[in-house]
Amino acid sequence: MLLPIEWLKEYINIDADTKTLADKLTLSGSHVESIISLDKGIRNVVVGKVLKIEKHPNADKLLITSVDVGDETLQIVTGATNLKEGDYVPVALIGGKLLDENYIDKTNFRGVDSYGMLCSLRELGFSDNIIPKSQRDGIFVLKGNYKLGDDINEILNLEDEILELEITPNRSDCLSIVGMAREVAATFNEKLIIPKIEVLSEKGNVKDYINSVKVDEKLCNRYYVRVIKDVRIEESPLWLQLRLMKAGVRPINNIVDITNYVMLEYGQPLHAYDMEKLRGNHIYVRQAKEGEKVKTIDGVERSLKPSNLVIADDEGAIGIAGVMGGMDTEITEDTTIVVLESANFNSKSIRITSKEFGLRTEASARFEKGIDPNLCEIAAERVCQLIEQIGAGIVVEGNIDVFKNPVDQKIIQLRPDRVNKLLGTKLSLEDMSKYLERLELSVVKKGDNLEVTIPSFRLDLNSEVDLIEEIGRLHGFHNIKTKPLVGVLTRGKKPYGKIIENKAKLILQGLGLNEVLTYSFGSPRVYDKLKIAENSPLRNYIKIMNPLGEEYSAMRTTLIPNILTLLSRNYNYGVKECFVYEIGNIFIPKELPIKDLPIEKKMLSIGMYGCGDFYDIKEVIEILLERLGMRDIEFSREENNPSFHPNRTAKISYKEQPLGVVGEIHIDVMGNFDIKERVYVAYLDFDMIIEEAVLEKRYKPLPKYPAIMRDIAVVVNRDVLVGEIEKIIWQNGEGLIEDIQLFDIYEGDQIMKGKKSIAFSIIYRSYDRTLKDDEVNRIQDNIIKDLENKFDAKLRS
Amino acid sequence: MKDRLKKIREEAINNIKSVDNLDKLEKIRIKYMGKKGELTLVLREMGKLSKEERPIIGQLANDIRGEIDKELSLARERIKEELKAERIEREKIDISISKKSKRLGHRHPLLSTIEELQDLFISMGFSVIEGPEIETVENNFDALNSPENHPSRDLTDTFYITEDILLRTHTSPVQIRAMKEMNPPLRIVSAGRTFRFDDVDDTHSPMFHQLEGLVVDENITMANLMHTIDIFIKELFGKDMKTRFRPHYFPFTEPSAEVDVSCFKCKGEGCPVCNGTGWSMELLGCGMVHPKVLKNCGIDPEKYSGFAFGMGIDRITMV
Repeated sequence: MLLPIEWLKEYINIDADTKTLADKLTLSGSHVESIISLDKGIRNVVVGKVLKIEKHPNADKLLITSVDVGDETLQIVTGATNLKEGDYVPVALIGGKLLDENYIDKTNFRGVDSYGMLCSLRELGFSDNIIPKSQRDGIFVLKGNYKLGDDINEILNLEDEILELEITPNRSDCLSIVGMAREVAATFNEKLIIPKIEVLSEKGNVKDYINSVKVDEKLCNRYYVRVIKDVRIEESPLWLQLRLMKAGVRPINNIVDITNYVMLEYGQPLHAYDMEKLRGNHIYVRQAKEGEKVKTIDGVERSLKPSNLVIADDEGAIGIAGVMGGMDTEITEDTTIVVLESANFNSKSIRITSKEFGLRTEASARFEKGIDPNLCEIAAERVCQLIEQIGAGIVVEGNIDVFKNPVDQKIIQLRPDRVNKLLGTKLSLEDMSKYLERLELSVVKKGDNLEVTIPSFRLDLNSEVDLIEEIGRLHGFHNIKTKPLVGVLTRGKKPYGKIIENKAKLILQGLGLNEVLTYSFGSPRVYDKLKIAENSPLRNYIKIMNPLGEEYSAMRTTLIPNILTLLSRNYNYGVKECFVYEIGNIFIPKELPIKDLPIEKKMLSIGMYGCGDFYDIKEVIEILLERLGMRDIEFSREENNPSFHPNRTAKISYKEQPLGVVGEIHIDVMGNFDIKERVYVAYLDFDMIIEEAVLEKRYKPLPKYPAIMRDIAVVVNRDVLVGEIEKIIWQNGEGLIEDIQLFDIYEGDQIMKGKKSIAFSIIYRSYDRTLKDDEVNRIQDNIIKDLENKFDAKLRS
Repeated sequence: MKDRLKKIREEAINNIKSVDNLDKLEKIRIKYMGKKGELTLVLREMGKLSKEERPIIGQLANDIRGEIDKELSLARERIKEELKAERIEREKIDISISKKSKRLGHRHPLLSTIEELQDLFISMGFSVIEGPEIETVENNFDALNSPENHPSRDLTDTFYITEDILLRTHTSPVQIRAMKEMNPPLRIVSAGRTFRFDDVDDTHSPMFHQLEGLVVDENITMANLMHTIDIFIKELFGKDMKTRFRPHYFPFTEPSAEVDVSCFKCKGEGCPVCNGTGWSMELLGCGMVHPKVLKNCGIDPEKYSGFAFGMGIDRITMV
């Protein structure tokens, strides 16, 4: 909302400079986002009168003018075509300055000297969207008589400043100059000066023009009509145009300008119809008929639905109520009789309609938030007054006022102790009353309490706590003395799951993995890209009703596509290596379509390319789980996961429960995600990790006795897993094996086809004695025997 | 014989002093002191001397032997030191080279900001709780006193799954869950993913992160709220940071305020970053929990009061 200071001062006397005004308003609740200065540094531009216009001898598109600027007459060359002799125009004198440090010099245009420049509104700092259409393509012609040589800054009041305010949605009453003046008055404890609204002379009878108004009572609480006759459509006087432009509204013609002016002034949107274009003499406020059409003033023909409230005459819709008027009944240069509408439409209905048509106008924005129905009359009368004042027409006597539910006076009980208890203040009853009265609330003491009567324009005040807020903000939050929280001392805690999660993240960070964060939703096409079976439960995803697009429409049931997409992006940006993880939720519906909230399951996913192989990603998982105290991890072949390489993928289980999968991504899937390098991905059920992790610290003393190291090399069938052999070694270790290190796997010439040789170093150590060779030899023998029995292993010499 | 001894002494000491490695030194030792060394040979010839000469020459020979021994050990030390110095010199490396073979991973900046903030609140006695990303309209809007026709409920603002289920638009439904499930006194914070209908570009995203705090107890006041936020801001951004509580509107709190803090760039002087105001705007929203919200959660607003605050993490992470 734009608040020009000069306009504001019509309703209130304040001396404070603009900065102070802005700061104080901000602290009392009207947030000033910026102070706009109209002074764009324009200097030495004065009023001149065009005395003579002649053709340029050497250029068809240029004119030579003689302009009287008071103390001299200047020859000025211009390209403008909208001038006539006798016009008053802004003249930038030599040495004068326009926008952007643009200084005026004597210039020669094709052999003719020019001693200055005639200016358009744009050149004086007004932006295109508020300049009247008639002024857009030419020199700004001032209407009326001005003293020649007067500074244009003064005439246009360019010293004025404008506050740009953020008005919260509950304070629609502040979307007006008067509403803001009221806030300024309350903030500065000043008196609001409301101009007396009266129409001096009225002629004729409204009934001669409009016979009746029929209103849908549910969707329109009040409809107030006045008629103005003998209307002369022309440009508004400069003061009116200037105020509109400063408030961000483009001047159109005197009647429309006045309705806009009063809307800005009081916050009540108004609409003017051309009486002679109405078919019949009735007005209807009703729901549109299915398929009914109306052409709005922006020139678009719109098809209506019953959810749209329309204004209609005897034959059909003539405008969309509260949103935009119709083109057929629009005010034009030929209009002589005006029907003025000042109505109170249902805010929800307007909001829906405005949204349906994607039409958000100054009017609809105000109706959406709700307006005091008492304003209908005040605003309409104010329009009549202004029309009379500028001589734009003659106000017809009488009005039509359909007002179904006049507002009841709201009275709220306020308990003063409650105020101090909530704010933490020690305000007296008098202070409280004083603050409320500044806001035009009337306060009566009733016993210990205050009985507060709310004026009709404060739609937002409905309960005690609303009043407490008003007292708080006028007292000033910054004047509340802060106090520390007291009460029983509590120890802040983190949920156990969070502690495990943080520990896991710390471990992964230490192993060099970067944490990533991806959307909770994605494309449903990823299941095909991952080659996931048609009947897989992974495809039972929850669908967003109104997604940003298909690619953001499916709540994820797996983190793999997110991590693959991220790896692919890095890969295609030329990042050579990538090792990342994400801990995030997947969403599992209990049924589809869902009736209850789904299960949100926390998953860990890890992705990698360019910095290792299967064993590197597997090692990360091994270290992670070991550090989280999960020691009984099993890896077994996973050959039927369609997204993974069937021979390079393992199922991870913990205590025989599936925990996750780790492996190389299937070559087809790599292609689908546009990566031309081997990619490794793992996913683990993090909720299970939280459940099973053991955080107790185990202490193991440093060894006191020496270790014995023995190597062992066996030849086994090619498909025997190293893990299986290691398991046998451990089993035979009698608790004396400290570590087993695989140091060689060999297949080739020296070995029979279909076989491989595997070599380990086994480290034996006891914590209570020095081991003897005999003991270790016996264990070694047992291991070899067991391997021979179970895997037909042969000791390799 | 005396002359021979003196000659041996002179020769030996000269040799020892000029030697530069341990092998040569050993050879010198053998040459003079070894079984067949020159000095040994001389001593063996002692028998040929007269009774009178024997002790004198003997004494002289022993002195010389002692002297040579001493020189030998001095030279040994000297050579060892020289070798050590030489090795140290030889082992000079270019310490400007970085190996870059090991790497620590990074936490995601947003999530690590959340950790940091949560730890800060834990130190102030708040407990961390979590809530689901998919929520009910009831928890996300209705129970929070959001007006039925509030624009934030529109399909163009909020992602819906069904008419009653949506992607939470803020972390505030966690407040509702906490108040419904636990009894006052309550001091909790919650952070997480939130969703709004915003197209993806450099500064907008349909998914962002919020942190939310809630205190409910008897006698909780606006003065407590402001004190808590003050401490939090000072801990987070430094002691010289000022806060400004600006009245605002949220459906679920009343009174409500937005909190501005001293401009991060100019520290309050006024600069182009803060539009000359000296304030960084809208860091945080807060207020006293609306009595209707307390009531909706089964808490008696006559007995208890509370405050709540919420902030966008994405924004705080950037500063």
